Amino acid sequence: MRELVCIVCPNGCTLSVDEQTLAVTGNKCRKGVDFAVAELTCPTRTICSTVKTVFPEAPVLPVRVSKEIPKDKIFDVMAEINKVILDKRLSRGETVIGNVLGLGADVIATSSVLVKKS
Amino acid sequence: MKSYDVVVIGGGPAGLASALAAERHGAETLIIERENALGGILKQCIHDGFGLVRFKEKLSGPEYAERFTEELEGKKIDVKLLSFVTEIRKNGKFYLSVVSREGIEEIEAKAVVLATGCRERTAKQVSIHGTRPAGVFTAGTAQRYVNIEGFMPTKRCVILGSGDIGLIMARRITLEGGVVLGVYEAKSTPSGLTRNIHQCLYDYDIPLHLSSTVTRVFGEGRLEGVEVAKVDEKMRPLPGTEERIDCDALILSVGLIPENELAEKLSVSSDPRSKGATCDGQMMTDVGGVFTCGNATHVNDLVDYVSESGEIAGKNAALYDGKNAKYAFVRPDDNLLYVVPQRLNLSADNSETVIYFRSKEVRGKSVVTVKADGKTVLQKKYPFLRPPEMERIKADFSSFPLKENSVVEITVEEG
Repeated sequence: MRELVCIVCPNGCTLSVDEQTLAVTGNKCRKGVDFAVAELTCPTRTICSTVKTVFPEAPVLPVRVSKEIPKDKIFDVMAEINKVILDKRLSRGETVIGNVLGLGADVIATSSVLVKKS
Repeated sequence: MKSYDVVVIGGGPAGLASALAAERHGAETLIIERENALGGILKQCIHDGFGLVRFKEKLSGPEYAERFTEELEGKKIDVKLLSFVTEIRKNGKFYLSVVSREGIEEIEAKAVVLATGCRERTAKQVSIHGTRPAGVFTAGTAQRYVNIEGFMPTKRCVILGSGDIGLIMARRITLEGGVVLGVYEAKSTPSGLTRNIHQCLYDYDIPLHLSSTVTRVFGEGRLEGVEVAKVDEKMRPLPGTEERIDCDALILSVGLIPENELAEKLSVSSDPRSKGATCDGQMMTDVGGVFTCGNATHVNDLVDYVSESGEIAGKNAALYDGKNAKYAFVRPDDNLLYVVPQRLNLSADNSETVIYFRSKEVRGKSVVTVKADGKTVLQKKYPFLRPPEMERIKADFSSFPLKENSVVEITVEEG
């Protein structure tokens, strides 16, 4: 048995997973089962960061991956994110890096701060 | 003098939701914001997890805020940025002195919503001995440096306090190549949400030291190290357990305090338990026409509930009729850290009263009971209650005849 804390929502359920059968208990919803099974087979995470820009009013723009990536690729994706110097005024949801490292996830802008007239 | 039905002070999530709700209920509305953009602290909270309750999506802070700022466009809501309210006087209506680049101006309002958020506790408020070098930051300041200004304030740091912003920053600094040597918490249980302990610390092998604190800082120009020590159950450092850690920054995540300077000027009474303004089920304070919401009322852990309280405040500010209110009083028992609201307005609709509370201690199976003058209004069971996790219940008092000075008891028992 392995004890996990579900990070999917604020409930933060304490889950018990059988390492052989992958049977999950302690979850309040279906997402807890998916999370626990993924944790024991291929754990994934979302990552949020910033990319540098050439624009003085916003020297960095917040970004995130469009879908979860394998946990062991977090620092590889961070390295890609840190290579970017953005010179286009992207708005929220637009792609900064397409299919990052072939993982099937895009790095997308999470703010329209560069296109807002203030 | 410009005149509005509702003036909302603060353009963060509480103020945005409040202004939108006031406008929906027909009020001519103004938002006054001291920074150069709306969104409040969400602008720098680039991590995800916002909006799960409200939008059923995991949004980052800017994404959550921009849903509201974009809804604002095209609405008849005025916004004054880079503006600061220095005085509010009540003389029938409200008269606000507002300072901006244009100078000082007076604005008149029928109702005021205080959506001023909260402030971080600073190093001065948690007595740490030693020199006063550069490199001691609150977690929110470090977060602003990294996520808005785009530079790293540390290469190797120690974090004092296990509040959520500190945990989020532990992960953020690690992702950007910094080293977080450890998170030290004087209490025996973490202050932040359990899921943040897991996804921000354990995922990155950052050690969490409970019942431990920072007792001293070293360094002249720049911080060179800190001394940590174990503490006893009264949080007093234990002699002989001191240890020096070399680092270039100490990041503090030692609590948030509702910001209520304007409320004090209006003689709004505050609650020593919630540390914010007291209010009724419509988020109106005990000064008629003054409303409170979001982190100015009590420090929330989820922005979704900040928006909810903003909407309640904004709607009722728009509907404010100037009548004197009569109240029933809410009395939480000693197992509760605090309860919001503290009063129920007898002439208001109390059929869907939202009640927010926190447990004082970590508890297992518990039953929360709401009673009006001794009669049970509702009971709810919880598998556990933890102080870092705010709970919310909705109570219907419509079939319970509340009188002036009726008592609404809220109790927690084992079960």
